[in-house]
Amino acid sequence: MSQRFRTGQGGRIDREQEIEFTFNGKPYTGMIGDTLCSALLANGVHLVGRSWKYHRPRGVVSAGAEEPNALFQLEKGNRTIPNARGTQVELYPDLDASSVNCWPNLDFDLLSVNSWFSRLMPAGFYYKTFMWPKSMWLKYEHFIRKASGLGVAPREPDPDRYEHSHRHCDVLVVGGGVAGLSAALVAARAGARVVVADEQSEFGGLTLASRAQIDGVEAARWIDDAVAELRGMTEVTLLPRSTVFGYHDYNFLTINQRLTDHLPLTERFGGREKLWQVRAHQVVLATGAAERPLIFANNDRPGIMLASAVSTYTNRYAVKPGSRAVVFTNNDSAYQSALDLNAAGVEVTAVVDARSDSTSEIANTVRNSGIEVLNGSVVVDTAGRKHLRSVQVMRLSADGSSVSGNRKSFDCDLLAISGGWSPVVHLNAQSGASPVWDDEAAMFCPGEPTQAQVSAGGANGTLDLPGCLREGAAAGANAANACGLEAKLAVPAAEQVDSEAILPLWALPSPYTRGRGPKAFIDLQNDVGVADIELAVREGFQSVEHVKRYTAMGFGTDQGKLGNINGMGILAQTMGQTIAATGTTTYRPNYTPVSFGAFAGQNLGEHLFDPARKTAMHGWHEENGASFEDVGQWKRPWYYPRKGESLDDAVNRECLAVRESVGILDASTLGKIEVRGPDAARFLEMIYTNNWMKLEIGKGRYGFMLGEDGMVMDDGVTIRIGEDHFLMHTTTGGAAGVLAWMERWLQTEWPEMEVFLTSVTDHWATAAVVGPKSRDVVSSVCDGIDFLAAAFPFMASKTGSIGDIECRVNRISFSGELAYEVNVPANYGRFMWEKLMQAGEPYDITPYGTETMHVLRAEKGYVIVGQDTDGSVTVDDLGLGWALSKTKQDFIGKRSLNRPDTLRKDRKQLVGLLTDDPATVIPEGAQLVNDPQAPLPMPMVGHVSSSYYSACCGHSIAMALVKGGHQRMGETVHAPLANGRVIKATITTPVFYDKEGSKPNA
Amino acid sequence: MFLIECPWCGVRDETEFNCVGEAHIVRPLEPEKLSDEEWADYLFMRKNPKGMHREQWLHVAGCRRYFNAERDTVTYRISATYRIGEQAPGEAGK
Repeated sequence: MSQRFRTGQGGRIDREQEIEFTFNGKPYTGMIGDTLCSALLANGVHLVGRSWKYHRPRGVVSAGAEEPNALFQLEKGNRTIPNARGTQVELYPDLDASSVNCWPNLDFDLLSVNSWFSRLMPAGFYYKTFMWPKSMWLKYEHFIRKASGLGVAPREPDPDRYEHSHRHCDVLVVGGGVAGLSAALVAARAGARVVVADEQSEFGGLTLASRAQIDGVEAARWIDDAVAELRGMTEVTLLPRSTVFGYHDYNFLTINQRLTDHLPLTERFGGREKLWQVRAHQVVLATGAAERPLIFANNDRPGIMLASAVSTYTNRYAVKPGSRAVVFTNNDSAYQSALDLNAAGVEVTAVVDARSDSTSEIANTVRNSGIEVLNGSVVVDTAGRKHLRSVQVMRLSADGSSVSGNRKSFDCDLLAISGGWSPVVHLNAQSGASPVWDDEAAMFCPGEPTQAQVSAGGANGTLDLPGCLREGAAAGANAANACGLEAKLAVPAAEQVDSEAILPLWALPSPYTRGRGPKAFIDLQNDVGVADIELAVREGFQSVEHVKRYTAMGFGTDQGKLGNINGMGILAQTMGQTIAATGTTTYRPNYTPVSFGAFAGQNLGEHLFDPARKTAMHGWHEENGASFEDVGQWKRPWYYPRKGESLDDAVNRECLAVRESVGILDASTLGKIEVRGPDAARFLEMIYTNNWMKLEIGKGRYGFMLGEDGMVMDDGVTIRIGEDHFLMHTTTGGAAGVLAWMERWLQTEWPEMEVFLTSVTDHWATAAVVGPKSRDVVSSVCDGIDFLAAAFPFMASKTGSIGDIECRVNRISFSGELAYEVNVPANYGRFMWEKLMQAGEPYDITPYGTETMHVLRAEKGYVIVGQDTDGSVTVDDLGLGWALSKTKQDFIGKRSLNRPDTLRKDRKQLVGLLTDDPATVIPEGAQLVNDPQAPLPMPMVGHVSSSYYSACCGHSIAMALVKGGHQRMGETVHAPLANGRVIKATITTPVFYDKEGSKPNA
Repeated sequence: MFLIECPWCGVRDETEFNCVGEAHIVRPLEPEKLSDEEWADYLFMRKNPKGMHREQWLHVAGCRRYFNAERDTVTYRISATYRIGEQAPGEAGK
């Protein structure tokens, strides 16, 4: 019979809709409204997984986010989800779930041999055992990971869509339990713009499992009415299935809403998840409280469950989580679970209460219903390998330090445990507060908020229903008032149930010799037991953060939600100090795991957050087979392979074409900044290392910009267009930084200077026409310019036209050839490019990309800032001291050129390298040494910054930064490579081609 | 994520801004007259206080203006922002 543990009536499931699903390949049925765990329990399935380290059989412990055991791999293929908490997975038709971390299968797990040796595998076991020999770690790691892994990440691209949404609101209510709903109602009625987020499919929180009354009606009915009222208000946004997983600065919170995970695969359309980024004036944290387990020997068997989870399964999901139950508690709340089980027809054999007496009304109600209450007793051990069979109970001494008397055994298949409650203070702590230990209530309560925030209800340590309603309503009123509204406080009414104080218990006394008995688990997911904490303390760990990392307590997908507070209690107990002094580990986002897709949103593939910039000629490059490379945000043609050509083939051909005839390069991406104003020249005097005051109009000059530390920051040619008007060129990648840098000086240091900076990079399309035939090509396209060498010398700039289009032609060269850069307004870029291609046809004009550009400039020893410099290179290091003005009083970085460090003779200096074998190209980045036989660590004397094969020279060329290199011409260095090969090279000048430099002036 | 009040544009998200370091560092008028130590102090030495810190910010995805802010490095609370050239709050009368 299917679902034989389903109760006959009640619950919030839809009994009309029975659905099928599979677990580990076996078919089962459940109901709409079930979670995966409630459906499995309805079918009597308790064993759902194996533990991480010892592979012990494990069952469902909780009914919420704290679940450490019931982790599943959902579905297969591209929609597979690892480590889904079955307590929070809504059941849908044909759901396919399987256990994680068991091999070959759940019932027969070979690795459970680990369990027999558990005493030999204490905290730090892997660190201690497998660190020697060091070289073997990689081999061990493979097996350890196989043995200890959880779920499997999908191997195929995610087919789903993820969205981002931004929201501002007056009041964000986190948690839609009764406290949160009360807060939302009061605030929304006052007219506040309210967002309510709750991680579950329905609002109501734990109270959905309660049989209490609010405002004279069943709690569930009150919840339905409250939600209906909120839904009817236009300024209220209700977000179910939405986990507030991060609380950041200035009341900025992040919410992950799951939109389709509850639907059958065939019905999932639209976005799967939505990431909300909310900025709230006021935040109400109504995240509730989570029950703690109790720590005793063999406390991890399937069938041992939190008492509140037992009530949730019984009342909300109409499932009997067992046939015969024992309740074990140190506080009053678990008595309700005994009554709930009783009402559902589950036999409750006994309530074991560690407190010497329990006289509250609810305890008496339990007694009166015929259930035996054993006061002053504790569970000391359990039996049952794959499902709980019995528990053993002993008397607790008056001071709570030992147990005595006979072991009394109770047969049962369900043990409901309650060790007290922990407010869910995660978001409060993430927001900057430090949780405060309350000794009397035995819980960490929210700390003093540092942001506009208040905690209410269970999250504030208030566990009774009337208190939750009262605090929620007050929080809602205060939040609305803080937004300038006038709220009317209305507190829903509920019956006050008195309760007696909790008896805080951490590691329970045990009849076993310390360290010899069965394991008592604190952190079920990471198999951390009491003995591990004690060992860590014996080995000298004192800080809770260190103990966490040594034992792995609080790692994993549940991040210690279930076990951490107990762990801190036990650590405090072991160290003989208070819990307040022990403190908590740091609470960090994310509260529960969030899929990567949610963070990525739509910023995928081509649609990245960083834009791709394309020049006006991009289409032409694509049509003509260019290969592209990314330079900053720009897509630049890298090379133009012809059919069958490799990168090297194409670059060799392009280089020779430029040197022998003419080539054309898209240079639009170079940064262009207009510098205008009466003080423009004076400003450039400070920004650049050379002189600008006397530069003629219509002429350009090459300049270096230094940081104030004297190191090269950027370079380029700046042209004087008018008396007060300059056009500055920067490197492609440096443009934005240079603009911000210059603005900073103007705005903060020299506000009296009248200079205006405008980025015009995108305004112009630029084609560099390069090679001995470039004059013929450009002059036949551009009108109104005298191209005779005498009239248009090197470093001059002239304006003319191409047809009706104005153009500016700069005679500058980054290749060492006769060259012209033709600029037109960007929209005419392709028009200009095609004109030049047409005019170049007789000369077989060759388009070339950045790779050829790099080779050409390297043949001339021209540096690229950022490749041949790295922020620690001066102009003198580059051998370009001529660019430093000797006459200027000051420029940025000048003073630093006299610092002792800058004057060192053994600074790395730019040199050329020639390999013995002309065909060998040294890898860029290779380190250089003087003696490759030197003992390790080998002293390194420099590195290769640029390296190519030069078709034009017929041999490889390289540029390198070598210590004291300028004084080492003709000497030998060696480049030992990672593969053991050593390349020998001779230091030379970095100028390999046209050493006299006559060609650009042709 | 901070909310920052640009003194020119108003309150904006932190993503629109860059922090560019300590504020009120004045470039020496005659660097050549400084000793190496004095110059190194200007170049490299920066405050790293626990508590109130005055720093320069750039509204890079907005008005592109630099301005100064007073920020607590513990609580991240920005107590004031002010334009370049304006006196830091609390400095008046000093």
